[in-house]
Amino acid sequence: MIESLLVANRGEIARRVIRTARALGVRTVALHAGVDADLPHVREADEVVALPGPAAYRDVEAVVAAARATGAEAVHPGYGFLSESPALARACGKEGLLWVGPDPESMELLADKVAARNHVAARGVPVLPGTADAVTGVDGALAAARRLGYPLMVKASAGGGGIGMGVAGNDDELGRAVATAASRGRGAFGDARVLLERYVSGARHVEVQVLGLPDGSVVAFPAERDCSVQRRHQKVVEETPSPAVDAPLRSRLRAAAVTAAQSVGYRNAGTVEFLLQPGTGEFFFLEVNTRLQVEHPITEEACGVDLVELQLRVAAGEDVHVEPVEVRGHAMEFRVCAEDPVRFLPGPGAVTEWAEPSGPGIRVDSGYAAGTTVTPHFDPLLAKLVVSGADRTQVLERARDALEAFRVRGPKINLPFLREVLADPEFTSGTYDTGIVDRLVASRRP
Amino acid sequence: MAEIRAEMVANVWKLVVTEGSAVDAGDEICILESMKMEIPVVTETAGVLQRFTVAEGDAVQEGDVIAVVA
Repeated sequence: MIESLLVANRGEIARRVIRTARALGVRTVALHAGVDADLPHVREADEVVALPGPAAYRDVEAVVAAARATGAEAVHPGYGFLSESPALARACGKEGLLWVGPDPESMELLADKVAARNHVAARGVPVLPGTADAVTGVDGALAAARRLGYPLMVKASAGGGGIGMGVAGNDDELGRAVATAASRGRGAFGDARVLLERYVSGARHVEVQVLGLPDGSVVAFPAERDCSVQRRHQKVVEETPSPAVDAPLRSRLRAAAVTAAQSVGYRNAGTVEFLLQPGTGEFFFLEVNTRLQVEHPITEEACGVDLVELQLRVAAGEDVHVEPVEVRGHAMEFRVCAEDPVRFLPGPGAVTEWAEPSGPGIRVDSGYAAGTTVTPHFDPLLAKLVVSGADRTQVLERARDALEAFRVRGPKINLPFLREVLADPEFTSGTYDTGIVDRLVASRRP
Repeated sequence: MAEIRAEMVANVWKLVVTEGSAVDAGDEICILESMKMEIPVVTETAGVLQRFTVAEGDAVQEGDVIAVVA
């Protein structure tokens, strides 16, 4: 095992990684950016490095300098920030630091959504009808639309996290969606190219957790995650196993995920995302996220594994074997965010009250506490309520009590919205798809 | 005359229209950025955008006036 680890992140995921590292006897180094020096992750690490400012979490030089200054042996990037940066992975390699993530070559290939799509399609993984090459500009998009037909999903070619995504049902909407995706893609990733894919309504978003081992084999964890409850194309509630997946479909999803990951020689933890048509059982590859996902805890709870420990062991080059994993129940995650529950607009502020639920099957991965401040500099995720139980019914019951008991005051908070999801018959029945939040909002009384 | 105000703590990312231009109700006049989200600000009043009281890069508090339409 490694002896020391720089956690190049903040908030709940930094705490999450530090927790496992400490349990394994690994010395931890945390970062803060001044404005978040009061957060719990800073106190829980053995050593702390102050960054020059909030932007430095995305600065390869600053992260490498922090590792050098503290003598850290390895770097865990968490999610977001530099977690999918081949530049940081390479810089670590050059400095003799262990990178807790996949090789930069596979990260690069998978970051280009068009290249990734073509790569896995050539190996028999189903993809949606779409552009085989990235498109630049509205004219190219209109030409592609003639061939593909509407409705279309427009994505930034280098994108992720729902950034710049939009649906177009006609030429006018396509023009606007391409302009948005190109501008957001240029702003966020320095790449204005876009990708068009057939838009499937009534679909579910399911994903398979994979782990590429040092011997070249890939493990696909048996409980797929259903992430169909989204607002702004971003996940807000996830569960595992998916209520829409039966055993034969599960086998096909896992096989496709292993094929996709093995085709790039994938090492360490990753997630293969699919769009599923529940009626037909047809599914289509969306992308591979080359990092630990926000929603990884539901897999940990349902499968009884510690994904961060596995990541560290793979990165250290240990001879890791994952015993055949059995799904031992059901788990759900609720993302507690600093945003208003009605329109989902963000609202930072000083936290005056913070009370987390506890009890059997309740796990809270949080990044804040009373007396800390939620600033406008970072994403609005404050905590993840992870609920597990023997079956879905028990999880729904436990979640109801836990969401009632969770109290946060100060910033805007989406807890009432999460309770609304939990009370929605479409959600409780398990028949929901990615349109659930829009329908929920539309059904509210004026 | 109508004052358009910020709905949350944010930074002014982009001013979309120029001072002196005609705007319709529902037009986007600027984009705020907060917590990694872009939040379009629209005018509910038609008229002429008289002036912005903020510049790109400024920080605004909830309730701060962003622009005046008349």
